[in-house]
Amino acid sequence: MNEDLKVVVFSLGPEEYGVEVDKVRTIERMQPITRVPKTPDFVKGVINLRGVVVPIIDLRERFGLEAAPYTDNTRIIVVNQQSIEVGLIVDSANDVVDVNEDHIEEPPEIVGGIRAKYLRGIAKLENDRLLVLLNLQEVLNKDEIIQLEQLGED
Amino acid sequence: MESNQYLAMFIDESKEHLQAMNENLLQLEQSPSDLSIVQNIFRSAHTLKGMSATMGFEDLANLTHEMENVLDLVRHEKLSMDDYIFDVLFKSFDALEAMVNDIIAGGDGQADVSEIVNHLQAILNGSYSPSQAAETGQVSSTSSEAKVLAEAFDQYQLSIIKQSLSSGFQVYEVRVKIRQDCVLKAARAYMVFDALERSGEIARSIPSVQEIEQEKFDHEFIVYYITKLHAQEVKKLIMDVSEIEDAVIETIDEQKLKELQDRSLQDAKPQPEPAAEKPKQDSKKQAKGQTSAGGASNQQVAGRTIRVDIERLDTLMNLFSELLIDRVRLEQLASEIGRHELTETVEHMARVSSDLQSIVLKLRMMPVETVFNRFPRMIRDLAKTLNKKVDLIITGSETELDRTVVDEIGDPLVHLLRNAVDHGLEGPEDRIKAGKPETGTVHLRAYQSGNHVFIEIEDDGRGIDREKVLSKAIQNGVVKSEDAERLSDREVYQLLFASGFSTAEVISDISGRGVGLDVVKTKITSLGGDVTVDSTLGVGTKFTVQLPLTLSIITAMLIRLGEEKYAIPISSVVETALVNDEDIRYVHGMRMIQFRDNVIPLIDLASVLEVPGHEEKQQSQELNVVIVHKGDKLVALITDEFIGQQEIVLKTLGGYLNQVFAVSGATILGDGQVALILDTNALIR
Repeated sequence: MNEDLKVVVFSLGPEEYGVEVDKVRTIERMQPITRVPKTPDFVKGVINLRGVVVPIIDLRERFGLEAAPYTDNTRIIVVNQQSIEVGLIVDSANDVVDVNEDHIEEPPEIVGGIRAKYLRGIAKLENDRLLVLLNLQEVLNKDEIIQLEQLGED
Repeated sequence: MESNQYLAMFIDESKEHLQAMNENLLQLEQSPSDLSIVQNIFRSAHTLKGMSATMGFEDLANLTHEMENVLDLVRHEKLSMDDYIFDVLFKSFDALEAMVNDIIAGGDGQADVSEIVNHLQAILNGSYSPSQAAETGQVSSTSSEAKVLAEAFDQYQLSIIKQSLSSGFQVYEVRVKIRQDCVLKAARAYMVFDALERSGEIARSIPSVQEIEQEKFDHEFIVYYITKLHAQEVKKLIMDVSEIEDAVIETIDEQKLKELQDRSLQDAKPQPEPAAEKPKQDSKKQAKGQTSAGGASNQQVAGRTIRVDIERLDTLMNLFSELLIDRVRLEQLASEIGRHELTETVEHMARVSSDLQSIVLKLRMMPVETVFNRFPRMIRDLAKTLNKKVDLIITGSETELDRTVVDEIGDPLVHLLRNAVDHGLEGPEDRIKAGKPETGTVHLRAYQSGNHVFIEIEDDGRGIDREKVLSKAIQNGVVKSEDAERLSDREVYQLLFASGFSTAEVISDISGRGVGLDVVKTKITSLGGDVTVDSTLGVGTKFTVQLPLTLSIITAMLIRLGEEKYAIPISSVVETALVNDEDIRYVHGMRMIQFRDNVIPLIDLASVLEVPGHEEKQQSQELNVVIVHKGDKLVALITDEFIGQQEIVLKTLGGYLNQVFAVSGATILGDGQVALILDTNALIR
């Protein structure tokens, strides 16, 4: 038996996604964001997270999904991946669940328009719930950002 | 756990003392007769000895002890510094450093220091002469001689007395009696010592100074006093101290000295380390007496600092930022509620917290001096190895940088300096041929400009040969030959930083260690900085390292663009101005304005930064502009409003956004909002 993985569950549109709880530093309500010029569109800017300036990206836009207005349920999940700290704007953050490693399957090529490389796998939960686990390393891949930035400058 | 704690402290402090010692040694080399410097070195050695003895690092204690003895002679003008002594002292210093480094690396700090100790003892015994300095063969014989020591007088004291006599000083045996009813005997004794030391020197006291300090004497003590004064004057000096009953003074001449010496030899008993022990005690006392002013202030400084883990400072800073946000909320609430007492309290709190803020922020800053300090020694050695003459001129070492950057910047600078001396400067002959002074000059400068600290390493050497660099680059496949001509000089010099690139034709052991400038570049880039090269063939080369002030405070001008606020470092701002529409000229389609005697570009900041909802004001007659500079280039930036000037904390945008156009960082404003700090250098081409 593999160990259970604790996962923070959040939603983007109809899908439910998950990110390992030990990568999550905090979950915040939506708050004013300072725009940073000449960055990719999905980079919404930076916030002051208790004295630390944290970049915020809109996960929908990052994945190329259709943008949605921010509501009372909108949350910023601040994640930490290899000492890079980034806040992810999600539609809502719902839950923390245990996922058994055995129940994680390879992701299909495309999940609701999201490329597979951003995904770590699909976990099946009870009641036929499907949870898409994020591959944070790819989501926060900096090389991609730099390429995009250079595009912006040209 | 406990001892580990002390160990960290020991390491920190040892490093500090070593650094001080190094610095002072170099200074002393410049002005060998300055005894106050010797005094400082002595103090460092002394402290180091005490610390290492406490920590059980015997070899370290042993060596510092011997150094101390030599230094003691020097500071009492019994010995004048010469090249040999310098060399031995530097060698001792190197050994000390090696041992401390060993301890840092987890070792026990043991090393065979006997050879250096022998050298030091040879100096101590006077059994070397500067001319035969290099020969050290006779050292072993003197150390055995040194073992024949008297209880009453050791070799050291006797030789002092002997030397003093032969150089025309008077030596007295002074028997001081303190009145029976004296309450503070030790204090009186101290006053006597103090008075005597003003016009002479105490070679020895019976009982020892330490015992006297602890009042371990009856009402009488003896000092052997070296001076130019007459016996009567000495007596008067002593009698001027109150509660002294009598002072009996006997002159010691050659005859008497011989008696003393004989007595000493007869009384000689095997003792572990008397020679070392006694002068130490004396010197301790004397150090106090002579340098009461300087010494006291020095100690105060030492006592007033405290070491803090940098992570704790980070935590403190972050907590503080939260407090500031709450403060702003409180201020808003207070103004809504409108109760006088509340408003007053909140205002007071605001004042206190802003003071607190500036203190907290300054805690992390430290001068680059700590890094620069080690360079003079390095350059000295390097120049010796390479047979070059080098003057290192350091300016701006008080420039402050964030602690973390200061810690990291040492290695790249070492490399650049080595490069300057090794590759940059020509040998003395070539220099003379080129019509330059024989001694090459390397400038090391630090200064702050905008959010950056610049460190420049400039030599007046041969400069970089563009063609050589290019041909090498083409050879290594870094550049295509057809592109070569189009590269600017700066771009060509940047090729030096490509990995595996070395322009030295003969690879010396100094820079030929497989570490190239590419490592320097990587390191500096990882600190968020940059390095550029300027060079004129035959005139010299300048490396400029630009470093961000990561976590520090700067004064900035806050401006508004649409709904957004930005901060411009005040050091980039030349001035603010109002510009009338009709003053705008067009040059090659670019908008320019007249400023003083220059025509400078006018940049619409809001459109450069793509501020949303911002439409260029067509109708407005007057524009707010802020004129910023990069070096001597100026531009005028159009802004919507000047909010004002304030101290801001620099924060990075984090690892995710590490290179954003024209933004060097962010700051948190009083209301908790983030404002970006503009890097106006990026706007000036």
